[in-house]
Amino acid sequence: MPSLQSLDIAARSATTTPSPSVRHTTEIAKLIDESKCIGCKACQVACMNWNDLRDDVGTNVGVYDNPSDLSPSSWTLMRFFEVEVEKDKLEWLIRKDGCMHCAEPGCLQACPSPGAIVKYSNGIVDFISENCIGCGYCISGCPFNVPRISKVDNKAYKCSLCSDRIAVGQAPACVKTCPTGAISFGSKEDMSIYAEKRAGELRERGHKDAGVYDPQGVGGTHVMYVLKHADRPELVGLPKNPSISTMVGLWKGVTKPIATALMGMAAFAGFLHYVMVGPKEVEEDGEHKSEKEQA
Amino acid sequence: MTNSWVDIKNTDLVLIMGGNAAEAHPCGFKWVVEAMQQRKAKLIVVDPRFTRSAAVADTYAPIRMGSDIAFLGGVINYLLSNNKIHMEYVKAYTDATFMTKEGFNFDNGFFSGYNPEKRNYDKATWGYELGADGFVVVDDTMENPRCVFQQMKKHYSRYTPELVSKITGTPKDAFLKIAEQMGATAAPNKVMTILYALGWTQHTIGSQNIRTMAMIQLLLGNMGRPGGGVNALRGHANVQGITDMCLYSEVLPGYLGAPVDGDVSREAYLKRLTGKPLRPNQMAFTQNFPKWHTSQQKAWWGDAATKDNDFAFDYLPKKDAAYDVLHMFDLMFQGKMNGFVCQGFNPLAALPNKKKLSAALAKLKFLVVADPLETETAEFWKNFGPLNDVDPKQIQTEVFRLPTTTFAEETGSFTNSSRTLQWKEKAADAPGQGKPDSEIMARIFVKIREMYRKDGGKVPEPILNLSWPYQVAEAPNPGEIMREYSGRAMVDLMSPIDPKNPKEPQKVVVPAGQLASFAQLRDDGSTACGNWLYCGSWSPAGNLSARRDNSDPSGLGVFPGWGYSWPANRRILYNRASADPAGKPWDASRKYISWNGKAWGGVDVPDMRPNAAPEENVGPFIMNPEGVARLHAIGMAEGPFPEHYEPFETPVASNLMNTNPKAISNPAARVYKGDMEAFGKASEFPYAATTYRLTEHQHFWTKHARSNAIVQPSPFVEIGEDLAKEKGFKNGEMVKVKSNRGEVRAAVVVTKRIKGFDVDGKKVHMVGIPIHWGFKGVTQNGYLANALTPYVGDANSQTPEFKAFLVNIEKA
Repeated sequence: MPSLQSLDIAARSATTTPSPSVRHTTEIAKLIDESKCIGCKACQVACMNWNDLRDDVGTNVGVYDNPSDLSPSSWTLMRFFEVEVEKDKLEWLIRKDGCMHCAEPGCLQACPSPGAIVKYSNGIVDFISENCIGCGYCISGCPFNVPRISKVDNKAYKCSLCSDRIAVGQAPACVKTCPTGAISFGSKEDMSIYAEKRAGELRERGHKDAGVYDPQGVGGTHVMYVLKHADRPELVGLPKNPSISTMVGLWKGVTKPIATALMGMAAFAGFLHYVMVGPKEVEEDGEHKSEKEQA
Repeated sequence: MTNSWVDIKNTDLVLIMGGNAAEAHPCGFKWVVEAMQQRKAKLIVVDPRFTRSAAVADTYAPIRMGSDIAFLGGVINYLLSNNKIHMEYVKAYTDATFMTKEGFNFDNGFFSGYNPEKRNYDKATWGYELGADGFVVVDDTMENPRCVFQQMKKHYSRYTPELVSKITGTPKDAFLKIAEQMGATAAPNKVMTILYALGWTQHTIGSQNIRTMAMIQLLLGNMGRPGGGVNALRGHANVQGITDMCLYSEVLPGYLGAPVDGDVSREAYLKRLTGKPLRPNQMAFTQNFPKWHTSQQKAWWGDAATKDNDFAFDYLPKKDAAYDVLHMFDLMFQGKMNGFVCQGFNPLAALPNKKKLSAALAKLKFLVVADPLETETAEFWKNFGPLNDVDPKQIQTEVFRLPTTTFAEETGSFTNSSRTLQWKEKAADAPGQGKPDSEIMARIFVKIREMYRKDGGKVPEPILNLSWPYQVAEAPNPGEIMREYSGRAMVDLMSPIDPKNPKEPQKVVVPAGQLASFAQLRDDGSTACGNWLYCGSWSPAGNLSARRDNSDPSGLGVFPGWGYSWPANRRILYNRASADPAGKPWDASRKYISWNGKAWGGVDVPDMRPNAAPEENVGPFIMNPEGVARLHAIGMAEGPFPEHYEPFETPVASNLMNTNPKAISNPAARVYKGDMEAFGKASEFPYAATTYRLTEHQHFWTKHARSNAIVQPSPFVEIGEDLAKEKGFKNGEMVKVKSNRGEVRAAVVVTKRIKGFDVDGKKVHMVGIPIHWGFKGVTQNGYLANALTPYVGDANSQTPEFKAFLVNIEKA
């Protein structure tokens, strides 16, 4: 659901008209400190409770990851990784998975449905379900494998970064719930500074490869990590250099002008119709009104 | 906890052993995280498996289940051999200098005085040597071989790093590295804290596990200090409150010893339990026992408790044997108990050996279960296929279910691990006919009292005369109950008559009404107090547990205006020991309590007589008649110095600390007829097993909650990759785990986090069994893990040995 107002929208899927540019809210970010995460899943429960979603009660498939994957009802998930970077020194790395809220969102670029995916000026990438056509392009557009299509309504779902909470000055539900302070929330600038400080502290403690994950291949993200092994994010299932897939690039680069031209031709045809037949005043007014309501 | 949750932030080193704080206490664990980030504290985790606590630790070392005393005894040996002890503290604040009795000795697994038939000790040779003046004889040089220090040194010299490693399976270098880090906190400006929970208590040597650690903390000078202490993390929001308020037949509320058969009179009873100083000038605070006990009797029986009837002492039951839950269920099993009222307790899931428990419940005439949830115990008679394979036709027990409120549906206080009482208002009404437990008990009581009144009965007085001053007899208000246990003066309390001026009128020192502190209690029947430890929680100023002042003037996490901590709103126990003998804080960065030349003062309530000048040498451990802490403790069932004994089901054939076949396991642990035979042997059940909690669930409650069920849906057991390979198990497939008492089936999680142990050159594999599933709830159903566990408890507390037993495992 759209939780911020249309004035906050900075980019809109499959839309050529410019977005409102009057209001500029502070760019925000969520920071996940892997070294403080104990994998308690309180964030998962907070997420399902705040968003009023309940996944199925599954089964144990041999791991602690439950549910075993993200789903239309599970927007965040703890993923557990048993790794031995140094011989005989086991590490149990735990990562909270979910939407990264990229500055250059692959999902939004890939989405063909006008207004189904929006990016707000604060950095949140939100799915506007009522505009979603369930094509699944957002999944191929996402370098982090996050969106999931619901079998119930055939629409895509993912973490909204609690855009509804942030709109009224509250931190996301997962941040509020985290018992150890492993998840922080604030302006992107503050979080970036704090992330570098934490990474430095971890390096001092002996995690020599600790660092910040804020990948530039997608323009940086509004969910960042402090990782113990920032040199090898793939240890916790994160792509080392994420970027938007070439197919999406192709859709934007080559296909889209053609599509735009086609749409332009359709508009021209409409104009001709107007000139030649004249306006249907009552109905058009009605359409305008409903468009406004939708926005 | 001797300290508090928040105080963990003041530490330099956190040891988590015998517990899994991150997993079982995630909210409190924030203070470990805080210490690590702000104070650069290090975190060590010693555990049989690599836990979620280990995931964020600086150092992890494995240890075989049930070998903690070997590990910790090895640490004591390390500290003593390498002079890593806080000597000034040890000399002044412990019994290290005290002389033990002639004849005390330890030989091949037994301390002196063992009786093999009764499986207990005659403690005549244990304890201190008393001089003609009635005080303990001391040797300040600590060189006499009979002084506690030398006895301790001798006892633990056997715990060499090599032997420790052979018994525990902890690699020797890992053990030494940890001992070295712990030893570094012997410096007066360094402090270590230890966080433990059921991983230490649920053993036949559970109490001694904790005592060994307490000894280490004393040797390092870490007790009574900010960032130090021995800290038990309690598993429920209010389990500390339950312990304080009794619900345990061995003690009356406030840890007052319960009367036993031999206490033929109030006088004899008070004499047995009233302390007297064992060293000059000591406070021996249990001198006040008659005040606490008399006030309790007045709270219970009011005007019917008078000087003439010994304050109703005869109304109290006199215990003829232990009545812990293992004993109760054994009586039930033998058909000697007809009825059982089970309140807030799911024993079929929570006690060992489900088969025995189920048979025991089937012998009852009636069972009352008061619980907000549908528990397994309430439906023990119903067939749930293999999960509960009973024949209801064969069970005649009549079961009554009384729906209660949950914690959120009633008003009252919680007492957390920090001993802090926090008042809360109810958040919602209970559904259906759910009623608070207090109301259910009150209704039963009022009915029984009516029956006694009408029909008479044997010894009706304790029932008929019970003080029941509540406005609504059938529904006492939580505030009324709190005011009652907090205590009041029935009349104005007067100053004593001045012997020099006997005619001088006495002054009112405490006006009639609520009391401010247990120091105001009297033994003449003029005060009433249900629990002396909680005295003052509802003071003349009102309900102090409802205070929510979150200011912390010292920055040391004291929060004196938040709730109310027993005793006397004190946040760190024994805090006199945070200062040196002269009264100056050991560490300038953690100034807590000090002597200002006239009085004790500081950021917390001093645990010391306010005007006790340092030169009086009043010891900081005021509850002990000797005033100092005990390295040699005769209160323990199995010996004054903790000794390593194997679990009753041990994967190794012998105890490497002795060659005595009778001293492999705890010689003083109580084993009932039939239970010894039900122990399995390593030849048939070769794998060391343990049970534990997961962070996603709370015991057997949250399997009734959908959110919890989603994040940890179904039962599983965990094994290492080696054993999985040996057995040909695939990750996630169903397996069958069997002990000599029963079996469970569950998915197998194959993990690098469990590696097994190298014990004396032999590989011991481990099977980990989380406990949270049963045949009721919204999770996937599963077997109760206690189908497997052995029916034997700790020799002191009778806490069942859930943490170390033997199983076999095969494909289901």
